Amino acid sequence: MAKTLGPVKRKFSPWTDPSAVPFIRFENITKRFGTFTAVDNLTLDIYEREFFSLLGPSGCGKTTLMRMLAGFEEPTEGRILLQGKDIRGVPPYRRPTNMMFQSYALFPHMTVEKNVAFGLEQDKLPKGEIAARVEEMLKLVKLEDFARRKPNQLSGGQRQRVALARSLAKRPQVLLLDEPLGALDKKLREETQFELMDIQTNLGLTFLIVTHDQEEAMTVSDRIAVMDKGVIVQVATPAEIYEAPNSRYVADFIGDINIMEGTVAATQSALGAHGTIRIECDGISVSVDQECQAAVGDKVAFAVRPEKVRISPDKPVDSAVNAVHGEVWDIGYLGDFSVFIVKLDDGRVMRAAQANVSRLVDRPITFGDMVWLTWPLDAGLVLTR
Amino acid sequence: MAVAQDSDGQGKGGLGRVFVVALPYLWLVLFFVAPFFIIFKISLSDTAIALPPYTPVFEGFGAIQDFVSQLDIENYVFLTDDPLYVKAYLSSLRIAAISTMLLLLIGYPIALAMARASASIRPTLVMMVILPFWTSFLIRVYAWIGILKPDGLLTLLLQAVGVMGPEDQVQIFRTDTAIFIGIVYSYLPFMVLPLYAALEKMDNTLLEAANDLGCPPLKAFWRITFPLSLPGVIAGSMICFIPITGEFVIPDLLGGADTLMIGKTLWTEFFGNRDWPLASAVAVILLILLVIPIMIFQNQQKKVA
Repeated sequence: MAKTLGPVKRKFSPWTDPSAVPFIRFENITKRFGTFTAVDNLTLDIYEREFFSLLGPSGCGKTTLMRMLAGFEEPTEGRILLQGKDIRGVPPYRRPTNMMFQSYALFPHMTVEKNVAFGLEQDKLPKGEIAARVEEMLKLVKLEDFARRKPNQLSGGQRQRVALARSLAKRPQVLLLDEPLGALDKKLREETQFELMDIQTNLGLTFLIVTHDQEEAMTVSDRIAVMDKGVIVQVATPAEIYEAPNSRYVADFIGDINIMEGTVAATQSALGAHGTIRIECDGISVSVDQECQAAVGDKVAFAVRPEKVRISPDKPVDSAVNAVHGEVWDIGYLGDFSVFIVKLDDGRVMRAAQANVSRLVDRPITFGDMVWLTWPLDAGLVLTR
Repeated sequence: MAVAQDSDGQGKGGLGRVFVVALPYLWLVLFFVAPFFIIFKISLSDTAIALPPYTPVFEGFGAIQDFVSQLDIENYVFLTDDPLYVKAYLSSLRIAAISTMLLLLIGYPIALAMARASASIRPTLVMMVILPFWTSFLIRVYAWIGILKPDGLLTLLLQAVGVMGPEDQVQIFRTDTAIFIGIVYSYLPFMVLPLYAALEKMDNTLLEAANDLGCPPLKAFWRITFPLSLPGVIAGSMICFIPITGEFVIPDLLGGADTLMIGKTLWTEFFGNRDWPLASAVAVILLILLVIPIMIFQNQQKKVA
């Protein structure tokens, strides 16, 4: 199944500019809880106005990393720099960050209005200014009519908006979002994702979002850091993460992918240069055009996304493409896409996804058909990690 | 046929439900409402030196008119005439109010510490709060006599530590201080448990959120923790304040002769003076004094919710 990459991002890529100064810098951060290492010698730069995602399975340390930035935890080793200043020892209530909690953490004894005003009252702003800001925030999240309700009189989506309004009210330099949309249903979640992006762009803030939902990360982020067991596996833009994952872990975590273990049989070019690599995967020989990062004899993985695999009853004429033969085992009809699960002649299983471009209900390919799966040389990936 | 069976089944279920609801009410009518009316009736009758030491005013249904004409409120009038009773009521309320405040001040930190303790030791802590109940209440109050009396354990301890000379003695036995000590000790679990119940279910991320929004911890306690624990504060205060107002054993055992509490006055009227009607009137007033504010309060709580 293919993943949408979200709307085209504005031209924004400070991470490619070597002279750009990071807004937030995690420097060799290690965090241990007893004997458990939640974050392991992690270094990461986040730039101003960036919408940055920490993505990973639960327990990978992403929330711990965020909580260290908010000040709820102190790193065991390393330091966190915010605008170049070490923020060790600065309590949460003096940090220019605000957090939207996973549980929303709305104050149940206060009205929506009071919840949003809470942070502003701590800054001892004049009453009129607070009222104006609260109104502005409620307008932003479209909750003007609910100002005097208590949180328990709101729906899940409305509560989430209150939480967002409350965390934005102080105009924090960095907004931290901890699994912000987890409790919402799919439609509402997608809608809110785009709203979040609008808000972030309009207010010009830096957003750091923690999520285990890869689709969410892909949609909203400028860059994603994929985490596993306390370390960052890859930091890149959503498209790079999806199209050029640097490891089996990232490839498998993001989206759907066919992975076959194999050995490099031949390389056309030197290490680091672009060329065709041939990989033997237990009887199936596949070729990939990419920057060569493996030598002959290396154990590698070959990977190809299902939507890049074509399915056809006929043997391909072009011998330059990769082709494997098998039987249609199962078909998953998803409306926009159909996923074909094909059992190859040697028993291995591969997936191919086809966009349903016509309205034909009867498909030319059905269960039990013998088919050819083909993909061009530049569709696959060689994963060395 | 099926319909008939259905309605039959429902009828049985309905009866069962009525029974379940009715049982506790029946209990209350039998052991609270009925005795109350007996007391109330006695309070409206006259004293007599006889056995029982009062004149029955209600003999058979034929005498209802007779009965109503004989009822009088002279006992109640007498209560307002003699300043002793007003003083006793006020003194009881004062002691109950001060004790409740002390209980809150001591109980709240205990409950808060219990609620913030790691989940694994919380059951043990709750157990420790309940532990005193395993010994008779009376024995525990008697034990305080041993501690507080002039040549008691407290004196010995202070002498041993050197705070007091060998000739000095702690002079708190048979004073109001001793009463407060006894009350606070005895009622502490009743204050701690409702507070703990309210604090324990509080979401800790609320405090983190308050911190995150620029609110330092101490201020966050007053803005978040305390308001959210108010139901526990109110429940604990009620559970303590009401019985303390009518407390008899503690002031009797630990208090001095000059300590006025309505429970003691009641006891004296009943057993000392054998004036059952007046004692009943004292009891009725005490009940009204406590029930009316509770009802007003509960009404307001409902309006808030």
